[in-house]
Amino acid sequence: MLIALVTLFLAVLLRRARQRSDEAERIIPEGSAERAAENLAVGLLGLASLFAIGFIVAYAEWSAWKVPNELLGICLGLSLASISAALAVVAKRLVVTEQIEHDYPPEQHSQEEQEVTQMVRESGTRITRKRLLMGAGAAAGGALGIAVITPALSLGPLWYTDPLYRTPWKRGVRLIDETGRPYAASDIETETFYTAFAEGSSLEDLASPVVVVRLDPSALKLPPERSQWAPGGILAYSKICTHAGCAIALYRKPKFPVLEPRPQLVCPCHYSTFDPATGGAVTYGPAGRALPQLPLMVDGSGELRAGGNFSGPVGPSWWGVRSGKAT
Amino acid sequence: MTDPIREPIRFIDERTSSAPFLKKAMRYVFPDHWSFLLGEVAMYSFIILIATGVYLTLFFEPSLAKTSYHGVYAPLRGRSMSEAYRSVIDISFAHKAGLLIRQTHHWAADLFMASIVVHLMRVFFTGAFRKPRELIWLLGLLMLFTGLLEGYLGYSLVDDLLSGMGLAIGYGVALSIPIIGGPLGLLIWGAPFPGTHAFESRMFIAHVFLLPILIAVLMTVHLALVAARHHTQFRKTPRHTERKVIGVPMFPGYAPRSLSLFFGVAAVLFLLGGLVQIKPIWQWGPFEPYLGTNGAQPDWYLGWLIGALRLMPSFDVTIGHYTLVPNPFWGGALFPLFVLGVLGAFPWIERRLTRDYAFHNLLDRPRDAPTRTAFGVAFLTWIFLIFAFGAADRVFVLFQLSYNTQLYIFRIAIWVIPLLLFFGVRRWCRELQFAEHIEEVQEAAEEEASEHYAPPEAARHPAGDQALSA
Repeated sequence: MLIALVTLFLAVLLRRARQRSDEAERIIPEGSAERAAENLAVGLLGLASLFAIGFIVAYAEWSAWKVPNELLGICLGLSLASISAALAVVAKRLVVTEQIEHDYPPEQHSQEEQEVTQMVRESGTRITRKRLLMGAGAAAGGALGIAVITPALSLGPLWYTDPLYRTPWKRGVRLIDETGRPYAASDIETETFYTAFAEGSSLEDLASPVVVVRLDPSALKLPPERSQWAPGGILAYSKICTHAGCAIALYRKPKFPVLEPRPQLVCPCHYSTFDPATGGAVTYGPAGRALPQLPLMVDGSGELRAGGNFSGPVGPSWWGVRSGKAT
Repeated sequence: MTDPIREPIRFIDERTSSAPFLKKAMRYVFPDHWSFLLGEVAMYSFIILIATGVYLTLFFEPSLAKTSYHGVYAPLRGRSMSEAYRSVIDISFAHKAGLLIRQTHHWAADLFMASIVVHLMRVFFTGAFRKPRELIWLLGLLMLFTGLLEGYLGYSLVDDLLSGMGLAIGYGVALSIPIIGGPLGLLIWGAPFPGTHAFESRMFIAHVFLLPILIAVLMTVHLALVAARHHTQFRKTPRHTERKVIGVPMFPGYAPRSLSLFFGVAAVLFLLGGLVQIKPIWQWGPFEPYLGTNGAQPDWYLGWLIGALRLMPSFDVTIGHYTLVPNPFWGGALFPLFVLGVLGAFPWIERRLTRDYAFHNLLDRPRDAPTRTAFGVAFLTWIFLIFAFGAADRVFVLFQLSYNTQLYIFRIAIWVIPLLLFFGVRRWCRELQFAEHIEEVQEAAEEEASEHYAPPEAARHPAGDQALSA
């Protein structure tokens, strides 16, 4: 269709040249014919047609194994590029490029501005209590406006942040892996980390995933009230960074043991870094709140279970986050 | 005999009474400068975005319902994933030309944002935002920020690993907004992240309907206002004045040029879409809230926000044990709003400072307004350095320059370098002005010398020099 348009455009130009004698006075200045440029434009348009047909053939023959995506892109891209080039030839060589002048619009229209002002003013002369009427109008508009957007509040809970504190963990909940298999304390080795979920919870629940690591029990510096939270040096922390909610997907081995005596939990989004040995304290990066720790215990059959709920709310922080407890 | 050109024109005119308007529109004057094409590149990218986007909606399924993949891409077979992610994998591998259209759509989004940003710089450094065009400037800024959100939503709809990580950060930033953050985040997502399944529908309607329409309306008004006040122009000759605009008429001179640009933009985008891979989502895998990957980078136009989030020192604003403002607010929300505010208020700030309340149809060259140019360079450099730090983890991988070292270098550099550039650029502009002034004086003197004394040919230049020193 576009090719047809361009052809029509060329035809119009040619006809114009032929009808020159009929027209009273030219608006667009005359220019000399350029056979070479015309040939070039026609050639480029022909090329565009060929590539377009090539695209159709490639499409018909396509399968991810026979005809690659690249060929489709090349055919379509070169067809478009040929039309672009043909139009450039038309612009540069086949139409007259005049420089014309035009007045900028006036800065203002004093007369009309004055008349509009007058009309607005005069339209209200019958109304004696303008303020009251305007006020009532504004109130009605405002009230209706608010009424109309009220249904949008059904989007989610209104001014109610309890869901942010909820977690599927409580004393006795087993730690399971992605496939539902419970973790035994003996599964947890040092120098690596495991992702565990609360048994019975959805894998999509932000408060469910925890990272489980094992450290040398003598290296732990947990707050005194958490001394029983790490049986055999096994620790569990929420896997969701307290900065912006990404998953803590890195467990970094110390590169410079002098500066970093222990491995650290790292979020790959903005490199917030947490120390598993000290109860999840922030040691680096932008996070402003420690990683919530999950108390652990080992049951009679050696499986890991939660000893209670997290030490604080899970996930990115909000106004007043620390004054609530994970529930 | 019927005239095949005149007849349809008469048909239209008789029914719409539009011949006078058509005549005026065809003779609309476009002043000539290559930098005036940047806005057009953005407009044409937007057209490509609409065209490819409509095609994608024919196959995309905006649903977070879980399914098991059994398609042609072997490495993912058997994986549990959302219908949304599965349908994009199918667009990429199972539908003919699907990958081409999808990649072209993504490239077009990147070019759309890039051309808007470069266009913004052109308008800023030439003073084109001044009276009477402040509203056009504001509309452009709104388009830039709407485009940012639009791009982010498109990136997030796919539900691959990276898009999910991006959404998690968006959720974190929403939650960090003072006072209203927590309730607001829950209202938008419907539940704690990753939210209710309806959240995907909310993003979808915003991405394919609300925001594109908003951008189209902003663009229409933007262009209508440009046409109402006419284009600005450079002072190329003494004939270019505040009263007369000089340039090529829309028809027949400008139309084929601009169409050529459109086909050129489309050609580049489809060649990129065919030849250069972008966002290979099958490599990242589906998103789950408990998954993350190192080296995650967003689309380029969100890099400044990642950089800002990473640069912030670690602190939440608290009173005792009560959290007021969590950390992501500064980099993720306040920083872009501050940039929007400064750029949006700039026409009025400049007017207040320079007391220049006049109409301006003629453009400045950057050197003509040294303080504005210096401020612009400093401000943009500040943003660019923050953007650059967003890639610090990649720089570490590529050049082994420690992330920590980079962090401290950047925390100082983002303040010092813009400040140095401000004074340096201002001085440079003034010296360029001064050099031009000397040239003018010299030319005037030479002319005068040749007129009054009419010295022999050989003595002309020394005479000019003397006139200058005197």
